[in-house]
Amino acid sequence: MMISRLLSLEQWKSWLWSVVRFTLITGLSFVILFPIFQKISTSIKDKSDLYSAVVVWIPQNFSIDNFKQAIRVMDYWATLLNTFALSATTTILTTLSCALAGYGFARLKFKGSNLLFAGVILTILVPPTTILIPVYLNLKSFDLMGLMTLIAGKPVNLLNTYWPFILTAITANSLKAGLYIFIFRQFFRGIPKEVEEAAYVDGAGISRTFVRIMLPNAVPSIVTVLLFSFVWQWNDSFYTTTYLTSSKVMSTQLSSLPYNLAQQVSDGASKADPFYLSMIQDTGILLAILPLIIIYLFVQRYFVESVERTGIVG
Amino acid sequence: MKALLKWKWGRRTYAQQKAAWGVIYVLPWLIGFVLFFFVPLLASLRYSLSSIQANAQGISIQFTGLANYIQALTVNTSFNRALIESITDVLVNVPLIVIFSLFLAVILNQKFPGRAIARSIFFLPVILASGVIMALDSTSLIEAVNQSSTGGSALGTFEIENLMLDAGLSEWVVMYLSGAVDRIYQIVSQSGVQILIFLAGIQTISPQLYEASKMEGATGYEAFWKITFPMVSPLIFVNVIYTIVDSFASNAMTTLIRDTGFVKFDFGLSSAMAWVYFVAIAVILIVVSLIFSKRVFYQD
Repeated sequence: MMISRLLSLEQWKSWLWSVVRFTLITGLSFVILFPIFQKISTSIKDKSDLYSAVVVWIPQNFSIDNFKQAIRVMDYWATLLNTFALSATTTILTTLSCALAGYGFARLKFKGSNLLFAGVILTILVPPTTILIPVYLNLKSFDLMGLMTLIAGKPVNLLNTYWPFILTAITANSLKAGLYIFIFRQFFRGIPKEVEEAAYVDGAGISRTFVRIMLPNAVPSIVTVLLFSFVWQWNDSFYTTTYLTSSKVMSTQLSSLPYNLAQQVSDGASKADPFYLSMIQDTGILLAILPLIIIYLFVQRYFVESVERTGIVG
Repeated sequence: MKALLKWKWGRRTYAQQKAAWGVIYVLPWLIGFVLFFFVPLLASLRYSLSSIQANAQGISIQFTGLANYIQALTVNTSFNRALIESITDVLVNVPLIVIFSLFLAVILNQKFPGRAIARSIFFLPVILASGVIMALDSTSLIEAVNQSSTGGSALGTFEIENLMLDAGLSEWVVMYLSGAVDRIYQIVSQSGVQILIFLAGIQTISPQLYEASKMEGATGYEAFWKITFPMVSPLIFVNVIYTIVDSFASNAMTTLIRDTGFVKFDFGLSSAMAWVYFVAIAVILIVVSLIFSKRVFYQD
């Protein structure tokens, strides 16, 4: 019995596959995690370890000086608060407006709704760069069809405020909102019609059915959209560096980090060592993504499970 | 009068009510679509055909016909190169990303110890892949030194290259594959969302199909090509489109367009570039859709 098992080709094949699979997954995980480990290792090194040939991963002299410098140059705590406030606000508003639009397109068909949905697809396909300049000029002198001139006497400049983000989030046109509407629409299309009809027969109106029956069922897709939206807003450099040039949010701070470092970290008259600056820069990047990694650690399980049940798959 | 009464809430049929609510639900999006997408899109088209001067009164727009397009395509030194580079980049990367993510989704769907950890690691790039971080990483001196200390290409593909060439593979294929190995981090970090989509798709395939095929004596290899692959083929299409759109969202081309607009303040030229770029993407998407629409297997 044992011998026949050992000789079985099938058994050997499955063993071999397990080994190959394990190697592959470990290797690729390493490729993904390597830059993060490297940053952690760099960030806790002392300046003197930078040129030491002995030090590869674990520093000889531990130091939190890099963190202190990066926190000071980035104005980290204020930046963190701003970024969190901005991302959380747009995330909640985007999820709400996209859920509404997604439900509207999936279940409340009206004349021309298919044509409008083609518009949603169009917003996904047109690169944001194409409409950047008109949107920018529009926000610079924001004049809602002459409404602002009526109230304030002149168009308002919305640049360097959070209004561009809030307005686009309320109206489901923020960063990648087309994708979120698509996800919600796919999900709501998958809920059986009977559920809705039962609620209607029991006397619930359409908005009541939506809030009480549909939304609680849509938790997987809500989680997905919340997460995507939060993370992408946090990382977004495209809109933030255009609309929020002087505000302190993570991505503008990150993109101006090399410049700020060269300005602020120098030993008196001499120019600072570029390697040392690079070290602080790496620490800065680590600090910027750290909150996301911490959040991810807590929600990743829920995230992975929820995406599988989202109905992205139509 | 009768028609007017019909518009009252109570008198409406269920279907009519639904349609009316549909308009209300979609309305926020529609307002945003018009304000922040459609009007700007038309304005951008108009700018691309004009010369724009900013002055104290605001901006003055003068119609100049195709001058901006001609300038972008013939005079501007970096436009053609950036455009072709961006397009080649996408065409090279898309097949790699899609095949790679399908392969990984199949693997991550199998049962093995540590599956949960493996999954959460592979979705990490969804969170980390971002324009600024990638850009700063590529300028990081420390990364550069670490790269060079491992001997040029990070994974030492030189020997494998020779091995494959000796085995008689054509040089083009070898270069493509070894290039893929060198860019493995880029590919892995761009395929997080695609892996998620494939994984979700694979899990909707009914297990009975696999059971039945196993009874008939199909190997895992056959099961993949005869069951998994056709069942996820619509998602291959989705992922190809997503990958194309995603990789066009930020690259050398978008940087050039932004610099022309916001550093040189040549809004007209910048808009013209953006439109050429958009048309190029649109053509690629249409061609891809035409190729795929013939081959995708739909269950209904």
